[in-house]
This record gives sequence, C-alpha cells and structure tokens, in this order.
Amino acid sequence: MPLTEQELNQLQRHANQLRRDILDVTYWAGGAHVGGSLSIVEILVILYYTFMNIDPRKPEMEDRDRLVLSKGHAGAALAPLLSRRGFFDFESLKSFNKFKSAFGMHLDKHKVIGLDASTGSLGHGLPMAVGLALGARLQGKSWRTYCLLGDGECNEGTVWEAAMAAAHYKVTNLTTIIDRNKFMLDGSTEEVMALEPLADKWRAFGFLVKEVNGHSYPELYETIQAANTEKGAPVVIIAHTVKGKGVDFMENDVRWHYGGLDSDMLEKAKQKLAGEA
Amino acid sequence: MAEGLTWNVYDANTMTQADIYGDVLCMLGEKNERIVGLSADLAKSTKIGKFAQKYPDRFFNVGIAEQNLFGMAAGLALSGLVPFVSTMAVFTTMRAAEQVRTDICYQNLDVKIIATHGGISFGQAGTTHHCTEDIAIMRSLANMTVVVPADGIECANAVMSCVEHPGPVYIRIGRGFEPACYDDDQYGFTIGRSVEITPGTDITLICCGITVLQAREAAQILERNDGISVRVINMHTIKPLDTEAVLRAVNETRRIITFEDHTIYGGLGSAVAEVIAESGKACAFTRVGIPDCYSVVGYPEDLYNFYKLDADGIVEKVREVMGRDFEEAESWEDGF
Repeated sequence: MPLTEQELNQLQRHANQLRRDILDVTYWAGGAHVGGSLSIVEILVILYYTFMNIDPRKPEMEDRDRLVLSKGHAGAALAPLLSRRGFFDFESLKSFNKFKSAFGMHLDKHKVIGLDASTGSLGHGLPMAVGLALGARLQGKSWRTYCLLGDGECNEGTVWEAAMAAAHYKVTNLTTIIDRNKFMLDGSTEEVMALEPLADKWRAFGFLVKEVNGHSYPELYETIQAANTEKGAPVVIIAHTVKGKGVDFMENDVRWHYGGLDSDMLEKAKQKLAGEA
Repeated sequence: MAEGLTWNVYDANTMTQADIYGDVLCMLGEKNERIVGLSADLAKSTKIGKFAQKYPDRFFNVGIAEQNLFGMAAGLALSGLVPFVSTMAVFTTMRAAEQVRTDICYQNLDVKIIATHGGISFGQAGTTHHCTEDIAIMRSLANMTVVVPADGIECANAVMSCVEHPGPVYIRIGRGFEPACYDDDQYGFTIGRSVEITPGTDITLICCGITVLQAREAAQILERNDGISVRVINMHTIKPLDTEAVLRAVNETRRIITFEDHTIYGGLGSAVAEVIAESGKACAFTRVGIPDCYSVVGYPEDLYNFYKLDADGIVEKVREVMGRDFEEAESWEDGF
C-alpha cells in the first residue's frame, strides 16, 4: 500500500523541520557537515518515522531496529532527528561541539541516546552493520539493520570487504542505502576518485541494486519496502540526492561540505527552506 | 576460573598454546551460546578452527579481510554476542588497528581477541609476519586489557577468564610450539595480578610470554652457579599492570630486568619503567627484548638465543646487571 496523502504531508513536515534543525545545529555548533546532512534528510525521516521499530521511551529495547550511520559526519542530521523523534530534549543540542557536550561532529553511542553505533571514520559502518545483522539472524531475532553510507566513502576498501561478506553470508536482514550526492570533500566523486559505474560494482559484489531519487518519499518508501522483504540477496539502494538540498546556495557546492553559519546566513538559509516548502 | 579444567590430561608438551585455546573455546562455547568465533583465512593456523568444526553456525571465516573481520566482530558484539576473534598479531594490531581502536575499544565492546604468532615466534616468516610492536599498540588503547600468557595452560586460563572480564581483551600468544611453563592450571591466575614463579632477593626478572619459562631456568642456573637469588615474575597482564609487584621488586631487590619477545619500546619493559620512574625510587634496570630493528630470520629458538631471550641470554644479562657498580640498599638515604 503506498503512502497516503496525509502520511506524505506528515513526512514532508518532518523533513522541513529537520532541515531547519540542521541549520540551527550548524549555527550552534559553529560549523557542521551541512551539505551531506541536508542530502540525507528524507532517508533519515522515512527510516525513523515509517520503517524502524523503535521506542524512544525504551532506547535500549532489544528488538529495536538499528541504524548504522556509516557516514558519521552527518551527525548534525541524525542528532536532531533522534531528538525530534523523542529520544532526548531538543534544547540539549545547543551544546553541540561545546566543551564536554554529549554532541560532537561525530556522534558517540555512549553519549547520544537512541544512537546504535559510534561512527565517524569512513568505511567502518558497513562491516559493523553486517555483524549486527548476522548477530540478529544467529539469535533468531527479527529486528533489522539499516546502514547509511556516503558515496565518497565507497572509496574505502572496507566497504567492499563488507559487501563481499554480506553477499557471501546472504545477509538479507540488512538494508544498505548510499547517499549518492556526488560530492566528497575535495570535489566531485568522479573527479577525485571515480565511482562509476557504481551500480555495476555492487552487482558484481553480489548485491541487488535499486536506484531511487533520495528526496522522493514515494520512491524511497516503495524501494525500502521491497528491499526489506527481499530474501535472495542483500540489497543496496543507491539514493540519488543533492548535496546541500533545500538551501540553493549550498546545493551542489562543495564548499558547503563543511561550513558554519552566522545569524544572518542562518536566516537567509532558513528563508530558502521556507520558500521551498 | 571455571571448575573442571584439568590440564594434566593433556600432554602439555605436545599441545600448543593455540591447540589448548581451541579446546577451551569449544568448551566455553558449549556453556555460553553467546560466544561466536571469527577468523580471516587463518582458522587452521590459529586453531579457532576447532570451534568452527564444533559450531559451524557460530563461526565466520571472513576471508583475507582483517579490517572487516574486526568491524564485523564489533557489530556482532553490538547485537549482544561475545565474539572471539583470531588472526595473526601483526594483522590484528596494524592492518586492523583502527577497527580495533575505534569500533571495538571506543565503543567498549565485549570482543575477545586471541592474536597468534606474536613477537618473533614465526621466525622463518620474517618481518612481515613478525609482530614486535603489538603490546605497545594495544597498551595505548583505552578500555583494552592486554594479556600475554606464558604457555598453553596460562592461555587456557586467560581465555577462560576473559569471558568474565568485561570489555575488549587482547590475548597475545605465539605460534604454538612454545614449551609448557606450568604443570597445571591451579596456580591462581587472575587478570591484572602477576605470579611469582621463584622467590628471590638479589634481582627480579619481570617476564611475559615465552621468557617466563626461560627466566625460571636461568634462575636455577644462577642460584646454583653464582649464588644469586633471583625472583622471577610472570607479568602475564601488561595492562592493567600489577604495579604493586613492580614496586615490591624495586624495594626488595633493587635490580630489575624485563624480558619480552617484543620491541623494548612501549611494551612490558616500558610499562615497568614507567612504574619505576614514577615511584621516585632508584633501581638498576634494563629492558631486554628486540632492539630498535626488524628481526633477523631463523628458527624461533635461534632468534630467542640471538636476542638474549632464552635461558643462556637471561643468565648473561643477569650477570651483567649484577656486576654493575650499585649502591647497597643500606646506604639509601630513605632507608626503606
């Protein structure tokens, strides 16, 4: 059953809110990986509001679904999302990056309630996610593991070591999503270290590949649902996204891979969001 | 320590450290369903294959991909399992160093690492397969416990104990042809507490791994031929270090030598040196291990001899230190 109009509107509101939150966090933190945070907004929202079985009142619930944010630098997106989802007070995010804060650029699972794995070093997420999924299967648990990778991250050899293992062990209780925003710190992924043909690479490693518009809820919904019921082979969803999505002066501009906002810029950026919505 | 393990039934001289480890892990696996095993195409060499044969569903051979090996182990631990991971020390602590540090230690996960072929125990294989830096590297990781068993029996004790010891544990063993030091496992093994092998008052030899047995033999020779009373300490846990045993040695014997199959930088010798320096007490002190070089190739026995880590070398080093001009204890102003 596709998403209803009402559900779509609700998700869209969450996305708008999260984009504003990312900008606020960027402002409070004095800088954040804002481009790659804005690109994964719809992916995070649909996972945490539609697909994942979680209970903010029981963050350590054994049977909860897990997300490994392999592109750990997008903590400025995940932290406010977890907060809006009810895991902790939104005001606490004002301490982001500050002395002894629970929130730094890359999130620590011992400090951030609702976070399933500490990440930040690229290429570490998928191996952990494969381990989590195998662990669930071995213990006869039905919870699911999601892994969100950056595209630039796919330069890392460990992504492919883990991909090989996921296919070898037929890890189908894992859904892998790549934020294909086409930029990394030093420039476009194709200029720095070409990834294409990316889908063929994953196919060659034994994955079923699905490509979607990573900002389209109907497409994400249908594709993640299909991925979650696939039993033949692990699935990777290549979500085509726009780095900096929603703030026109940030979109596809590699300078906003990481950046800070003063109050004027913050307002300007928020107006762009309002204009979009 | 769990009951019911009687190592007398094994011919300890023919069972290697790794053999015994494989058996112990099988036994633990029987009692504890949360234990899983992982290796990276070294299931046979590391003997974790015994566990794999007994529990094929609970064993993952990830192929020659050590970084993924430790990343997956972290994930399995996050799911609530207790992974035992075995591959060579050199690949554990250097190829996969960041996974061990960031995925396992930073998240403080219950991953137990049994690293084989530590030091120069894989003598003929050369520097690529030697690992004389692992203790230094593992010791520097917060949350990590570092154990270097003296022989197969102690390895069994360490493996048994580490299940009850929360957080990551690094157990470093040799290739598996090391002679037995202990006759049985009932000598009071506790992680973090050293074992006095022989009492002595003139000099203390602080050892780990293969050097423990060699030091015991050296102590007998020195007692008999030179009349030197040698204390031998098996410092099987490098982190957390048994600092009290070191301080007692400083106070009571005034002379300490450390022996380890590891570079003299950052390992047991350095750990002991830190305690001595911070104590403010002077003491004749020498570290013996692999100097600042990559080891020559050869059979391990020849290498241990070359680097003064066998009984002959230890005797020589003790005579050297005993011959040093050194103040008598009575003349010390603080007079302890």
